[in-house]
Amino acid sequence: MAEGSKDQACVGAIDPEDDSPNMIIYRKIEDVVMRIQDEKAGGVTIRTVKSFLSKIPSVVSGADIVQWLMKNLTIEDSAEAIHLGSLIAAHGYLFPISDHVLTLKDDGTLYRFQSPYFWPSNCWEPENTDYAIYLCKRTMQNKARLELADYEAENLARLQRAFARKWEFIFMQAEAQVKIDRKKDKAERKILDSQERAFWDVHRPVPGCVNTTEMDIRKCRRERNPHRVKKSVYGVSDENQSQPSPAHIPSQPTRKPTKEDVQKEVTFSLRWSTDLSSLRRPLLPPPSSITPDTSEIPSDEPSPYLAFPLHSIYPLSPLPLPLLQITFLNIQLDRHCLKVSKVADSLMGYTEQFQEYDPFVSLTEPSNPWISDDSSFWDLEASKDPSQQRVKRWGFSMEEALKDPVGRDQFLKFLESEFSSENLRFWLAVQELKRRPLQEVASRAQEIWQEFLAEGAPSSINLDSHSYERTSQNLKDPGRYSFEDAQEHIFKLMKSDSYARFLRSNIYQDLLLARKKGKSLTGKRLTGLMQSS
Amino acid sequence: AAAQSRPSALQSGESLATLKNESDSLKKKLEEERAKLHDVELNQVAEKVELVSALSIRTRRVLKGHGNKVLCMDWCKDKRRLVSSSQDGKVIVWDGYTLNKEHAVTMPCTWVMACAYAPSGCAVACGGLDNKCSVYPLSLDKNENLAAKKKSVAMHTNYLSGCSFTNSDMQLLTSSGDGTCALWDVESGQLLQSFHGHTADVLSLNLAPSETGNTFVSGGCDKKANVWDMLPCASVSCRLYDLRADREVAVYQKDSIIFGASSVDFSLSGRLLFAGYNDYTINVWDVLKGNRISVLFGHENRVSCVKVSPDGTSFASASWDTSLRIWA
Repeated sequence: MAEGSKDQACVGAIDPEDDSPNMIIYRKIEDVVMRIQDEKAGGVTIRTVKSFLSKIPSVVSGADIVQWLMKNLTIEDSAEAIHLGSLIAAHGYLFPISDHVLTLKDDGTLYRFQSPYFWPSNCWEPENTDYAIYLCKRTMQNKARLELADYEAENLARLQRAFARKWEFIFMQAEAQVKIDRKKDKAERKILDSQERAFWDVHRPVPGCVNTTEMDIRKCRRERNPHRVKKSVYGVSDENQSQPSPAHIPSQPTRKPTKEDVQKEVTFSLRWSTDLSSLRRPLLPPPSSITPDTSEIPSDEPSPYLAFPLHSIYPLSPLPLPLLQITFLNIQLDRHCLKVSKVADSLMGYTEQFQEYDPFVSLTEPSNPWISDDSSFWDLEASKDPSQQRVKRWGFSMEEALKDPVGRDQFLKFLESEFSSENLRFWLAVQELKRRPLQEVASRAQEIWQEFLAEGAPSSINLDSHSYERTSQNLKDPGRYSFEDAQEHIFKLMKSDSYARFLRSNIYQDLLLARKKGKSLTGKRLTGLMQSS
Repeated sequence: AAAQSRPSALQSGESLATLKNESDSLKKKLEEERAKLHDVELNQVAEKVELVSALSIRTRRVLKGHGNKVLCMDWCKDKRRLVSSSQDGKVIVWDGYTLNKEHAVTMPCTWVMACAYAPSGCAVACGGLDNKCSVYPLSLDKNENLAAKKKSVAMHTNYLSGCSFTNSDMQLLTSSGDGTCALWDVESGQLLQSFHGHTADVLSLNLAPSETGNTFVSGGCDKKANVWDMLPCASVSCRLYDLRADREVAVYQKDSIIFGASSVDFSLSGRLLFAGYNDYTINVWDVLKGNRISVLFGHENRVSCVKVSPDGTSFASASWDTSLRIWA
């Protein structure tokens, strides 16, 4: 039956090759739990406690565990240590000897450590027949400490109904277990019984307690090694569970790398491939079905949808994966990357610039509605009157100005006052084109061409000949991204020209310095047009 | 080395082994090149930055109403409404500020793992074990049955793990357990673009918050902190990966944090990182200095989703304890 003695040098039974997220967690917990129990290496003192007429073997107080956690895992706050300890208990690695509810208390409550045999890392999924045998055997033994709790009695009743037909079998199994248990040493039995109970407290928790064995369904759906799942403590499952308590698993022989491994590597590399700038301009037209065009891999520019062409070619031709990897790696090598010091400066600069806008870092004016229950902050944001702070943000970059609808309007207003709004209007039109439903895209694209780019266009914009040619070609088969080139060009133009002028304009400065409308300006600017509406 | 264009057929005489060697040496070269860029640690440079003033973040709202684990949530652009979806098949639209439940939809499947609010505020998208992503227009008429106007947009061959509207109500980006991401035209239901490249489930996706680009990141890689372990050997800690340097620039971990993080989001300025964990807590990290500023207790089971509101005034967390909390 259960191997309860901690004399057994059971190292964690986790397959060293198993790196699933759950196993990573279990490994970490098991590392902690083994360290706690290692008295020679600074662990807690596990001892026998005398109580009334009996002795309680192999226990430690909750307070001792909390202390150890705080000291060895560098936890400043005992609340955190208690929380972590409770989770370790809830997952079944330690348990209070007199309670079904698995939490850690920072006092004299006594706890025991779970046997490695029952560790969750053994992939336990005990079935109800097992649970029935367990509850049944509990009722056969005349010991106060084995009396069923109310919820257990209810569970037993329910199981008796469910397994009415095979109850005889269950009863016999329970009797057999009782016989086996009786042969064990008394002190050892106390420990084993408690560990067995703790095991069931994890897999059949007290109503109201979190069931830590609940899995995220996405992880359930993934391929799992069915051989490793253990379904029965008492060996009554249909599957032939030939393993007894796990001994140290010998290290697996190193597998030869397979195609899957290379595939994984390609995926891994692909994950780190995104080049922000190139992603803006897809070079491949959107496919009408999933079967892709396999005519070529773009050779001179990193494809924005790198994931798309590479994988799409793979299933259709016998192209070996290393070839794809080589192509990909060469693209990566060509990328211009920044030093970490530069990146760090950039990150620091950004956070500093936006610090005053971050309600978690700076106080908001007026108060944060969530805290004060006063929604003035939102009312202000919604009004057409932007605060100085908000206007200041438009000055950070043209992107910021355009992001704010009021900023965008003011920018447009300024340009209109200068009769040079066609660039911005073009840019906005293209943005809007991308938001349209598919069936409107082609006609809208044509409209934009007519308005801004065609010969004699009413709002003619200035494009370099290269972009113009390219756009003209794109318009032969108009799509959502037909104007990407042109849009980028215009964006750069506005940034260096119109935007700078906007920031110097009265329209902007008035708002920034909160000069009242209608008042005459004391500024030196002589732009001439000073309409306030 | 310029990118070689070697489409279609395998060159005769080249064995798999030769190619593998070439790819290995290129990989090594890439590692060396990248290592040269690693001239300093982010937290070292950040030493001169002022400490973030002591935060007193507390739960400001608790949204109760789901009958089972809350798996996903998303904010409305109006900064106070949100949509949440649950294992029990229900999708609820709340006014987080008043705690009012404004709409509720019962999906035909359980485990609704993804939900998203349309930019206009007039619709929500959701899906999960039904392998689809459907869009529900939100009616002002309380009596109207939302399910009647439901529109099936995305179709995958495995569960839907994430969805997000891109520019407008008209385009939907989805990620799926079938290993792909896809962009759909909402009105026609047509597939606009398909993204292959993962050999395992895509568990999440995140859009770049930029007006000027159409960037998105899928699955295990986030241009910011990554907590999705898609590949068997991925870790469960939070990492900051910078695309410009093409490397990891920070790891957010602590000895006492054993359980993995399920979801993260940045505060408005990017200075703070809020991460929801499987140990029921939310940890607040200083992105630059790398230390943990505070730990927030409150949820009674795993935190499945964390999102900062559009104006950064609060963040919401969804949990397996069936509730949502709004923190500020």
